[in-house]
Amino acid sequence: MKLTGAQILLKCLEKEGVDVMFGFPGGAVIDIYDAIPKSPVEHILVRHEQGAIHAADGYARATGQVGVCLVTSGPGATNTVTGIATAYADSIPVVIFTGQVPRSLIGNDAFQEVDIVGITRPCTKHNYLVQDIEDLAETIKQAFYLARSGRPGPVLIDVPKDIQSQVYEFHYPENVEMRSYKPTSAPHIGQIRKVVKLLKGAKKPLFYTGGGVITSAAHEELTWLGKQLSIPVTSTLMGLGAFPGDDDLFLGMLGMHGTYAANMAVNNCDLLLAVGARFDDRVTGKIDTFAPHATIVHIDVDPTSIQKNISVQVPLVADCKSALSALKEETEGTVGDFDWAGSHKEWVDQVQAWAKEHPLTYNDDTANIKPQFVVEKIYEITKGDAIIATEVGQNQMWAAQFYKYTKPNTLLTSGGLGTMGYGFPAAMGAQRAFPDKLVIDIAGDGSIQMCIQEMMTVVCNKLPVKIVILNNGYLGMVRQWQELFYDKNYCSTCMDAQPDFVKLAEAYGADGYRVTEKKDVESTLREAFATDKPCIIDIRVEQEENVYPMVPAGASLTEMLLV
Amino acid sequence: MKKHTLSVSVENEPGVLSRVVGLFSGRGFNIYSLNVAPTLEKGVSLMTIVAEGDDGIVEQIVKQLRKLVPTIKVKDLTELKSVDREMVLLKVNAEDSKRAEILRIVDIFRCKVVDVSVDELTMEVTGDQGKISALVNLLTRFGIKEIARTGNVALQRSMQIDL
Repeated sequence: MKLTGAQILLKCLEKEGVDVMFGFPGGAVIDIYDAIPKSPVEHILVRHEQGAIHAADGYARATGQVGVCLVTSGPGATNTVTGIATAYADSIPVVIFTGQVPRSLIGNDAFQEVDIVGITRPCTKHNYLVQDIEDLAETIKQAFYLARSGRPGPVLIDVPKDIQSQVYEFHYPENVEMRSYKPTSAPHIGQIRKVVKLLKGAKKPLFYTGGGVITSAAHEELTWLGKQLSIPVTSTLMGLGAFPGDDDLFLGMLGMHGTYAANMAVNNCDLLLAVGARFDDRVTGKIDTFAPHATIVHIDVDPTSIQKNISVQVPLVADCKSALSALKEETEGTVGDFDWAGSHKEWVDQVQAWAKEHPLTYNDDTANIKPQFVVEKIYEITKGDAIIATEVGQNQMWAAQFYKYTKPNTLLTSGGLGTMGYGFPAAMGAQRAFPDKLVIDIAGDGSIQMCIQEMMTVVCNKLPVKIVILNNGYLGMVRQWQELFYDKNYCSTCMDAQPDFVKLAEAYGADGYRVTEKKDVESTLREAFATDKPCIIDIRVEQEENVYPMVPAGASLTEMLLV
Repeated sequence: MKKHTLSVSVENEPGVLSRVVGLFSGRGFNIYSLNVAPTLEKGVSLMTIVAEGDDGIVEQIVKQLRKLVPTIKVKDLTELKSVDREMVLLKVNAEDSKRAEILRIVDIFRCKVVDVSVDELTMEVTGDQGKISALVNLLTRFGIKEIARTGNVALQRSMQIDL
């Protein structure tokens, strides 16, 4: 069957099972857009390319499938760079198609020409410039395979305009064979047995889990191991939802804004099982004093993550799911005769005592609305049955601390890169994947303005995303640092000049709500969540509230500032 | 900080050199020298990279190189028995009174004179790092006007035994 390059591209998407892509047209992709109406793949027109890439990313995080984004050359392509770097930092599978000027013009500084392959080389897992129509289908096949296999990540394909209109025989390869790319997935059984032995000898074991557990869908295995072997679990921001957040063995997040119990547990454990996490500086604090008494086991699919920031005693390169399944298999037989609960009882009691001693809390003795209170209410109303997206900053930390994630893929947040403006378009992508689910973006008044234009996209596509703005009139996290470490020099963090968010929502054709009284928080949230329209709920919260606990940057995890 | 010689075979595709070099600059690793050329196997190029760093850094470099999609194989030859050679072209001041002495050195080091003019000699020399630095040291006093080096190329020895 002979098809144009544009048709081949769309046909490949169909073969990959893609049902939707997010994009924005332009001169260099007009041939592809010309073919879209005849393709079953739905296209959602965003209002800015950054929205498209974040939406594809949000779709990928919520579904576990590859998200797809299509943009034009030049500025269309460069507008996706922040989103690509966001997906790269959090290992999210996304395929980005960018238009390119015709091959004859490449390198000539043509109109809307940019070397997007060069620009995105350090922030993609891999990228391609298609130089020949013969290679187009195979390149797309490889891109999807690369994006979702091993440690997932974004893959970009730059398609010159003349290739889109060339005609060629369509053949989609069944398999991918790349001699240079063979990711490891199965664990080394000798290492697994070593871990089991360590587990049996450990008095104070602790799971420290990250986004890898969610990426590889190892949540059931993790939950089984945690509960059956009686091992407390702490998670990074990216790992929230892999282990039930309402379980007694769950200590909450660790690190800079981690719980007292989690950080104390890290400091005192004798065996730390790091699974799909990468010892990021926001997690470890001062690296020399991190988990000082522990033997560390590190399970990760990416060998570069192991021994990068910290030296570990038992490295285990494997996909988290196969590693945890193997651990489960090796320990399943012991559950009857080895008293796991008994041997860890003292430790579990200790950890729970820490949790009681300093639970996550805030002073609620004012008339003002506390942002933490709003997040708690969102959890109460949804009972955890919602997809939560966050922006970046205080809103993100409160959303991580005061909402209990009980299922994987229910928290969409830019953990590695920390991209303000991520949450709302990501929520949009997730809402498109799950039209009947409640999808809430917990936002700040600063970050919501970074991709606010997508209000139009959610309205016209009937994607009822609920944006809850914890409006404190500040770029709150930077203000918090200024307060604590820069003598309250609030330079450029006061955002008291801001739009009327209610009118703004209405201008886009969405609903707008404003809450200024504590008593109205719950009823307004309930009302807004019950409608089938997108909306902004502008909640005026305590202006100078801080996120606690806080470990100052570079300090040890035990040096927590508490409420 | 020790120098490590890494032998890296890669798919010979557009941008592969830039991926490797970008990895070094982006992660703050140091490249001492880099040589790249096609091999006999179709579509495969061999890079010989001399990099500096402590063991942890070199371990990261090796892993990061392996992680690049077009990388087929990475070997740290420093850990293995290997032969490594570099070729250098040197242009040296050689007025009449010094010429004989320079030619003697050329002889001792088994260099080859490849160009000559009234007051200059250009020579080609091949050797390992020790030989090259010794020669450079000896010729410095005559005045080395220009130098061009290929950077190391290296291969693992077939017999990995101590003789």
